[in-house]
Amino acid sequence: MSKRNPDYDFKWCPGCGDFGVVRAVDMAISRRAVERGEGIERTVVVAGIGCSGNLVHLQEGPQPFGIHGIHGRTLPIAYGIKASRPDLNVVIAAGDGDFLSIGMEHIGPQAKRNLDVTAVVMDNGIYGLTKGQASPTTMLGVVTPTTPYGKLEDAINPLELYLALGVSFVASGISTKPRDLANLIQQGMDHPGFAIVHVQSPCTTYNDTYEALKGNPEKGIAPGAFDIPADHDPGNRSAALALAGSSTIPIGLLYQRPDSTPMDQRLADARGRTKVRTRSVEDLLTGLHI
Amino acid sequence: MGSDLVVRFAGEGGQGQVTAAEGLAQAAAQVGYHVQTFATYPSQIEGGPTWAQTRVSTNVILTQGDQLDVLVALNRQAYETHIGELREGGVLIYNSKDFDEQLGGLSIGLDVDSLARATGNPRAANIIMIGAVAQLASMPADYFRQFIEARFRRGRANDQEIIDGNIKALNVGFEEAAASGYRVNPLDPPPLIERQRVLVKGNDFLSLGAIAAGLDIFIGYPISPATTILTFMEGNLNGEGKFVGQATSEIESIAAIVGAGYAGRKAMTSTAGPGLSLMGEGLGLAWMAEIPCVVCDVQRGGPATGLPTKTEQSDLLTALNPGHGDMRIPIIAPGSVEECFQAGVDALNWAERYQGPVILLTEMSVAERNEDVPRPDPSLVVAESRIVSDGSMGNRRYSGDGLAPFPVPGGPGAYVANASEHDEPGDTTHLPQVHIMQTERRFAKLKLLDNGSYEAEHTESPIALMPWGGSKGAGRAAYQMLRNAGVDLGWMYTMYLNPLPAALLKELRRKELVIVPELNYLGQFAGVLRGLGVNAHSITQYTGLPFKEQFLVERVREEIAARSGRLARV
Repeated sequence: MSKRNPDYDFKWCPGCGDFGVVRAVDMAISRRAVERGEGIERTVVVAGIGCSGNLVHLQEGPQPFGIHGIHGRTLPIAYGIKASRPDLNVVIAAGDGDFLSIGMEHIGPQAKRNLDVTAVVMDNGIYGLTKGQASPTTMLGVVTPTTPYGKLEDAINPLELYLALGVSFVASGISTKPRDLANLIQQGMDHPGFAIVHVQSPCTTYNDTYEALKGNPEKGIAPGAFDIPADHDPGNRSAALALAGSSTIPIGLLYQRPDSTPMDQRLADARGRTKVRTRSVEDLLTGLHI
Repeated sequence: MGSDLVVRFAGEGGQGQVTAAEGLAQAAAQVGYHVQTFATYPSQIEGGPTWAQTRVSTNVILTQGDQLDVLVALNRQAYETHIGELREGGVLIYNSKDFDEQLGGLSIGLDVDSLARATGNPRAANIIMIGAVAQLASMPADYFRQFIEARFRRGRANDQEIIDGNIKALNVGFEEAAASGYRVNPLDPPPLIERQRVLVKGNDFLSLGAIAAGLDIFIGYPISPATTILTFMEGNLNGEGKFVGQATSEIESIAAIVGAGYAGRKAMTSTAGPGLSLMGEGLGLAWMAEIPCVVCDVQRGGPATGLPTKTEQSDLLTALNPGHGDMRIPIIAPGSVEECFQAGVDALNWAERYQGPVILLTEMSVAERNEDVPRPDPSLVVAESRIVSDGSMGNRRYSGDGLAPFPVPGGPGAYVANASEHDEPGDTTHLPQVHIMQTERRFAKLKLLDNGSYEAEHTESPIALMPWGGSKGAGRAAYQMLRNAGVDLGWMYTMYLNPLPAALLKELRRKELVIVPELNYLGQFAGVLRGLGVNAHSITQYTGLPFKEQFLVERVREEIAARSGRLARV
């Protein structure tokens, strides 16, 4: 059930982190539209498969365009959209399973292209929609239906991965703070290049990490996340890597490449630099005359 | 009757066979002959057995030619492999540096490399071969001077020197062949062809058709034998709003062109069998979310990596159903280089017309061969474009059971394009009545495409020969020979394989027997036709090479005899 479509019957579980993320995405998109004086229909949300991808059907208020494709392929779909329509604001909504397991091969190429899109990755450390199997961010040793003796693989560190692959804007957010998250997403959309906002978005059914993230002094649980200090320089990649390697999760903007030139700008520059002779089909055929 | 010449240049990769074959074709086309080339090589950069063939004729050419008038064997292995295909009275030119024992018959030993060095241009071996072949076929040297001028006049300071050197090499070839005293059947003078012609390869011509139909976006991944489409686009699809990109896999290619099609642009990719397999799910997305896009699959041989540089027609079933679930992707399969241009135009038009994916199914033998074809007139190309939503349907993508205007991002009518089953605004639903309605609607749209053209001859016969794709030429040659011999046989052909033209299907269903020559083991198209209620049986071949004309003549006779209970007369 969604506000705009009463027939839509998908529901997130009560307390799902994705509620906070959709609020943040809506806020960021609406604010951008107002600030830039452009219609919300200039935004396209490319959604992955999994609980998180349903975000595209659950947005409230004025509707952007959406495409809810196939598992793991949000980035290549976004590549095609952005390559053909640089005027569009492209936002990706995907989960850790979609983006970091089946879809991981696509992060590097978009980083190298510096594709001017913003990916919001909702990380709950589990496959929720298929009922609780281990994901790339599930910790070593965790017992799930697919890891009965405990997970044998180390969890990947997504922030380190993004930085290593050369993603030009890397931020980390948390679903419990949708206003801060909206700011990060909007910064990501404003960033000329590939932006990833990685969000801790807990799954209340299969992997409830709210307490672990927030900490609980009464139970002696230290917070699993911390705000990035105000004096951190996001232009400093080494400092960003150091933050990403922390034992707990840094929240805030880790890295923003200062001289970021996105793919569409590179193409425009190349076209300005080189004299490309545009030949009509007539001319091309004439070139083949016997 | 006319006359024709078939020449094969065979040897180790890198010995100039392809250059010689294409040079001979270019020169013959320039003076007004019809030409066709065919080449086959191993999947490696240098070396390995490679051969290239040129057919020159006063008639329109249907196939690469069954038997050789001249075989140029550049090493012993090439001689042993190909000598069996030299016709009686044909002439062998062999590389006497590589093997110099007496071979008997009509053979000319030439040490082409030494002869080339003696002209001062060690790279002129292929021109010497062309000269020798020309002399054997009684083609005047004048034919080739013009070709050498055109090929080597490039505005360099030493152009004239290079041209003179090559003419010298040409004369060396002429003299050496003349000294042998051998001749093959002389070619009649070139026919007078009124229309302007172009000499072009299938992949290039198909790309031109797609550009003429308004292609905006091309994203592809290198794979033999489709790579030349990607490189043609990189070189020629440019200008404002156009984009060509090299993807990192076929999975990325298909998803990207779906994205581009969704964003309102005309988008295409090219691949071969292995890539088509990877595109299965992405094609399902395009079918399900009803997004126009075109995939060109240039078929090669075999499953998995198979035969990367050989020809086969074994991707048909995959192309029809490239992914899981109920779908039937529209397919256009050009049967000659000439048809490639229109196929490129039609594929884009079909995608726009029915709002979904289209597969252009070609094959290595059509993609890479040169053929002289009439120059198309781009001003006559009708480029279709999808009807764009004006927002009057709110955020609904569909309305009822027909085609609805397409909402384009940035404009009105925001909706969700959805790969899951979905309702009118594109939201996911699993309701049986919605899945029934949407499935039927997706299939019903194919009716918008079933008015393609087709060829039909001698339709009163209860038996028809119906090749598809690149087997058209050999099928046509066999048909003509059988008809000349008085065999009661009709001809049916279309490049629109799915959906078949409705009128054609009606005719096919009335036939007692439809014989389908096709280059695969399973008899794929015949199976598809049987599923449509046509009594179709295939003649199959899976050698990695195209059909030969005489082989088909015999096999068609056998089929008629075995299946119709009537022996073919004569």
